[in-house]
Amino acid sequence: MSQLVLDKLRARFGASVLETHSDFGDDTAVVSPDVWRAVGEFLRRDPALDFDLPVDLCGVDYPDREPRMEVVLHLYSVSRRHRVRVKARVGDAEMDGAELDSLVSIWPGLNWLEREVFDMSGVRFRGHPDLRRILMYPEFEGHPLQKTYPAQRTQPLVPYRTEEEAGLPLEKQAPFGPDEGMPFGRRPLPPPRAEDG
Amino acid sequence: MEPLDVDLEEGEIELPAEPMHLNMGPAHPAMHGTVRIVLELSGETIVKGDVQVGYLHRGFEKMCERGTWAQVFPYVDRLNYVSPMLNNVGYALAVEKMCGIVVPERCQWYRMALGELARISDHLTCTGAIAMELGAFTPFLWYVKAREMVWDILEEETGARLTHSFGRIGGMAHPPTPAFKDLCRTALPQILAIVEEGERMLVKNRIFLDRLENVGPISGADATAMGWTGPCLRASGVAYDVRKAHPYLKYDEVDFEVPVGTRGDTLDRFLVRLGEIRQSKRIIEQAVERMADDGPVDCDDPRVVLPPKDDVYTTIEATIQHFKLVMEGAKVPKGECYSYTEAGNGELGYYLVSDGTGTPYRVRIRPPCFQITGGLSRLIEGRMLSDIVPTFGSLNMIGGECDH
Repeated sequence: MSQLVLDKLRARFGASVLETHSDFGDDTAVVSPDVWRAVGEFLRRDPALDFDLPVDLCGVDYPDREPRMEVVLHLYSVSRRHRVRVKARVGDAEMDGAELDSLVSIWPGLNWLEREVFDMSGVRFRGHPDLRRILMYPEFEGHPLQKTYPAQRTQPLVPYRTEEEAGLPLEKQAPFGPDEGMPFGRRPLPPPRAEDG
Repeated sequence: MEPLDVDLEEGEIELPAEPMHLNMGPAHPAMHGTVRIVLELSGETIVKGDVQVGYLHRGFEKMCERGTWAQVFPYVDRLNYVSPMLNNVGYALAVEKMCGIVVPERCQWYRMALGELARISDHLTCTGAIAMELGAFTPFLWYVKAREMVWDILEEETGARLTHSFGRIGGMAHPPTPAFKDLCRTALPQILAIVEEGERMLVKNRIFLDRLENVGPISGADATAMGWTGPCLRASGVAYDVRKAHPYLKYDEVDFEVPVGTRGDTLDRFLVRLGEIRQSKRIIEQAVERMADDGPVDCDDPRVVLPPKDDVYTTIEATIQHFKLVMEGAKVPKGECYSYTEAGNGELGYYLVSDGTGTPYRVRIRPPCFQITGGLSRLIEGRMLSDIVPTFGSLNMIGGECDH
């Protein structure tokens, strides 16, 4: 594969590109977490790079390393037909400081992927519009794809809502709460549109 | 009727307007099993739709970190359970990329033919289900009949109808049966006849067209930015097909076209899938034509391929090799790699991290459905409640894959 992407990244970001390699033909750059968003902007906007398809985002946990969590972003350019893998390493042994800037405003397709990485690996994304669990339920404790999460661990049962909590008699309770899973449920409705009259 | 004694001049009457919340799924028959959409409705118009997945989460990626590399095959079967063969082949190619193995030509043709059969079954299920959910039950039954023919071939080849677990690192579990070519040559024209008969019923039907046309459109640029791939992206006019853009196996040697839509609406997605069934038929015919009748299927790399059973029982070397491969697993070189193939719904990627042992350090699957389903809410917002069913059906969300 071409080295063009990695060369341009190194020229633009210098020492913030911590390491690069092309093992198995996959161009890879490890960047410093503080330029994560700038790298995203650059890869998307530069006309010679033009990475318009966000392929994948995932977390890989290395509990022996510091920082331990590696966030891996795969990108593809439909017009240029090239790929790149960008990684950033965040979080100490206790996963403190495991934060990255959200790239949802650059690629809207990363919305669910960032939620998944938060859910599974415990990395928080600053500026994400709606960061909540996606595959697990809200009461789930821990992040299952961290290596320190035991595979056999069982989770506590989630108690039913009581009549006091719901403020309604049991038979009148809706099957789901007004804001359950819906952060927009708490806000007032947007003003009616003109054609609704 | 408004009461007559209200003085309208003094101001508008403030009626309490509360949004209506409707919970669609996860047990709704049109939600394909495992998706829940929490809807906020104004009349019958959707103001907000919150798509929630995860009901079929089974910890695929966590499970993969506990066994050997070869033990991942049964798991990938259960990700996309309408085209498991494509997942099998995709995973096998990913591990082979890390090991630097190229399987023999006969195996490559065989994988292509089996994979395209699985793609036909995938598209038949999806297109048939769209019709069924809109009330046209007959085409669905016909398409399931055609799918049964595909599964008969796959059963003859692999022994299982649905979860084949047929892929192996460096080859396949068995060589093609002697009847394979004839089965394909007999069944394919019959399958295509059924597809065309169903198509004639549907695409000239005014009611069916009205439900699909201009429903849930998305532009090519938007679909790309959402991370869409596969038939859903191509329906929006972006001709990105991994088989053409980055050919693997023998796709660069066969002659086929990539059907592309224009408007990116539900009808286009439906038609692109039907077009792909025809192209898959062409690919299978060429693959079957060019596949050798004899020759090795597995590569002869003792690091990953089990020795012949006769040798295992008679020689100590083969016994040890068999024992080590089964108990410790094939050793995959240290490093990380991303390998991608075109599955039924789009780019199916595997990001593998190996620490050099027989157990994967990390297996990350990039299921095409996940991001496609992530784009559903923007397709349905502002539209009518009844448009959800065809729009959602045309995305062909597969719960096992989407929820990992």
